[in-house]
Amino acid sequence: MTENGNSAARAGAAAVADDGPKKTVKLNIFRGTEEDGKEVEYEVELAEGMVVLDAVLKIQAEQEDDLAVRWNCKAAHCGSCSAEINGKPKLLCKSRVEEYEGQEIHVQPLHAFPIIKDLVSDVSWNYEVSKGIKPFTSDEQAPFTMYEEDVERLYEPKKCIECFMCQDVCHVLRTHNKHEEFAGPRFFVRNQWLEMHPMDNQDRLEDVKEKDGVGLCNITKCCTEVCPVGIKITDNSIIPLKERVADEYYDPAKWLMRKIRGRKSMTNREAEAAKNGN
Amino acid sequence: METNGSRNRENFEVREHDVLIIGAGGAGMRAAVEAAGKGLSVGIVTKSLLGKAHTVMAEGGMAAAIGNVDPEDSWRQHFIDTMKGGKFINNWRMAEIHAKESPDRAYELEQWGALFNRTPEGKISQRPFGAHTYRRLAHVGDRTGLELIRTMQEKVLATDTKVYMETTVTKLLQDASGRVVGALAYTRENGKFIHYKAKAVVMATGGWGRIFKVTSNSWEGTGDGAILAYDIGAEMVDMEMVQFHPTGMVWPPGVRGLLVTEGVRGEGGVLKNSEGKRYMGDYDPERMELSSRDVVARANFSEVQAGRGSEHGGVYLDITHLGYEGIMQKLPTMHEQFLKLADVDIAKEPMEVFPTIHYTMGGIKVEPEHCATTVPGLFAAGECSGGLHGANRLGGNSLSDLLVFGRRAGIGAVEYVEQNTHGTDIPEADVQTEIRRVLDPMERTKSDKDESPYLLQSELQDVMMEHANLVRDEDALKEGLGKILAIKDRVPNVKVGGNRLFNPGWHTAQDIKYLVQVSELIVRCAIERKEKRGSQWRLDHDELVDEYGSINFITKKGPQGEVEIERREIPPMPGHLSELLDESAKGAKV
Repeated sequence: MTENGNSAARAGAAAVADDGPKKTVKLNIFRGTEEDGKEVEYEVELAEGMVVLDAVLKIQAEQEDDLAVRWNCKAAHCGSCSAEINGKPKLLCKSRVEEYEGQEIHVQPLHAFPIIKDLVSDVSWNYEVSKGIKPFTSDEQAPFTMYEEDVERLYEPKKCIECFMCQDVCHVLRTHNKHEEFAGPRFFVRNQWLEMHPMDNQDRLEDVKEKDGVGLCNITKCCTEVCPVGIKITDNSIIPLKERVADEYYDPAKWLMRKIRGRKSMTNREAEAAKNGN
Repeated sequence: METNGSRNRENFEVREHDVLIIGAGGAGMRAAVEAAGKGLSVGIVTKSLLGKAHTVMAEGGMAAAIGNVDPEDSWRQHFIDTMKGGKFINNWRMAEIHAKESPDRAYELEQWGALFNRTPEGKISQRPFGAHTYRRLAHVGDRTGLELIRTMQEKVLATDTKVYMETTVTKLLQDASGRVVGALAYTRENGKFIHYKAKAVVMATGGWGRIFKVTSNSWEGTGDGAILAYDIGAEMVDMEMVQFHPTGMVWPPGVRGLLVTEGVRGEGGVLKNSEGKRYMGDYDPERMELSSRDVVARANFSEVQAGRGSEHGGVYLDITHLGYEGIMQKLPTMHEQFLKLADVDIAKEPMEVFPTIHYTMGGIKVEPEHCATTVPGLFAAGECSGGLHGANRLGGNSLSDLLVFGRRAGIGAVEYVEQNTHGTDIPEADVQTEIRRVLDPMERTKSDKDESPYLLQSELQDVMMEHANLVRDEDALKEGLGKILAIKDRVPNVKVGGNRLFNPGWHTAQDIKYLVQVSELIVRCAIERKEKRGSQWRLDHDELVDEYGSINFITKKGPQGEVEIERREIPPMPGHLSELLDESAKGAKV
């Protein structure tokens, strides 16, 4: 069997590392449970371009086989490996160790949810919230005719990878524990694309107002800052929903229309047409 | 735990469903929607959180001959392309069903809220992809898999399907007559055991890319479903067929193997060697970078072998002609991935890429209409099943496969449940025996023979890289088989610390037996198929040897636990399909 390019490349990388003493990095990782846990310091050999998840998995393989961490794709596509590095929510697979040069590295689980063990929190609440949102429903039969300009603003909310870091950082959930009354930024993002999809016929504004508690958000934009896929959650999801709720519930004409039609005062298409002056 | 391999009775929960689905990627969720829609009680078990399955990693798109961009396209041409890509050992009936039904599955996704990029006429846009004659892939940027999985996830949540997240199945349970009547599983969170009683089970657990070190697969791709089925006597087909994706990342080391979507080449990306030469003309002058994956992967491999590789042992993939704006519209995820992880701005400089393990064409043998396996009560769909893709899968045919055959497996399970009135009880002793086996690596007394599951897995991955890579020969394969069997003997020695609370060491200890068994099947079949065909590239034999052109290798567990391998003739193709291939061979587009 001939040697393949990978092993050749590996040999090359090793040769570079052999030039000097092996560099290491120290990580302080939360170990334990909600009731009984503390940070433990680990030291691990540093590799070129290493991300924090690499370091955690190396510790798991070589030092602590029961160290709990969630991960899947390792490419920032799946949103599984969310945790907190130095108090800020981060995808572990996307956080390079070298970004923290000169600093201590503290790795903790998401704190807005109950901690199961080590770096793993119980995020199941999010799936309950998701289940409570009216799904996409259309009277029309696919294939739909929709133009790029009809849908281009939906691409952004649809990029969400459900890492739940926006949920983790949101004061309404993290500090005030309003999980019963507030759906959190992730689910305003979902409600937004559903509400703005030109073919959807459901009315979710009452839910957004009453059940999901959009009024509780005081637009501090913390969620937008941590979004790993760059969704402008506050500006493009939450504020438009707040505006729609205000329009729908505090505009007398729309209020009347709603009473008569018993559903959305206008379909998304009618709303678009009205906006464009047609 | 206070027990020490003792015979104490363990508590377990019992959950009953008409249909139990194992795996929550595209295929499993599509099967769940089908069965739940018929009013059956459905449970779906997934090792991860919902929406994290490997489907999410599919980037380029979903192949469906809807002809929005190229109106000449048809199911017939999609069928031909799929068979040609698979080097004609595909299950032709599956290829026919797949080509005919993919358009409806794409429209169905749209009906359920999925959003694809649009044409100027307001229809679903389609992009070109390797070895597809026409522009055929419905897509949304380079995150089509995310769109598919989120749409299916939200659809599943809108049904009465019960989702069991972070739960691992360890065994399929059979009644005295041999039919599958459930499964045993444990929750990853706290190691609580669950006995699922089900009248039918659908296997949809994905592939086994984790048997190789350089892989685009997540930790989940350990072949559980394939081996759970194999262990109870299911037949497997063409296990030697493992796809190397031509373009994985090579640097830095932590991301080696991470997928670089074929969409880059679909959007006009060119491959160059260290001499700056665009070399695909030497391998496939007609299709160039958009040749089939097996061809492009070998070309990239060969260039590096010949000493024309890049700094970190890959080749260059250049998409700079699109410019920043174009890249942000068509390939935003790739831009982010390279910038963040490799400090490379792909709008300004080429990427370094090298083949990475990507997909497994072989798998559980299924009957094409309703995905029944050879074990009564067990159905399979998606990557864990085999047949559709033959010796090489075309890009974009996986997402469509998941939905076409996920739906059909769901229908198959529903019909089976309706036609059968059997009970689902099994003796409790069987459950207790299995629980003891699963707990053993944690509860057994320490000894000097103990092995780490992580290191054993790593050792196996090295063996597969060295002996069953994208070029193979008999001596290396046989030596590799010897090493795999030696590792197999050490599997019972796997020992882990900690307790049942979210313990990845314990979870990894379960995976290792699947990885070893699936590796053995691959290498044994690779030894038998003495030719170059698609992804099976035997340096010591000729290309497309007639003797093997009409044969599938069927593997099955023998009475003593040994691997039985059978050469099985592919049934003759009906006239309406063989005519298509004949026309195509004459150069006609159909």
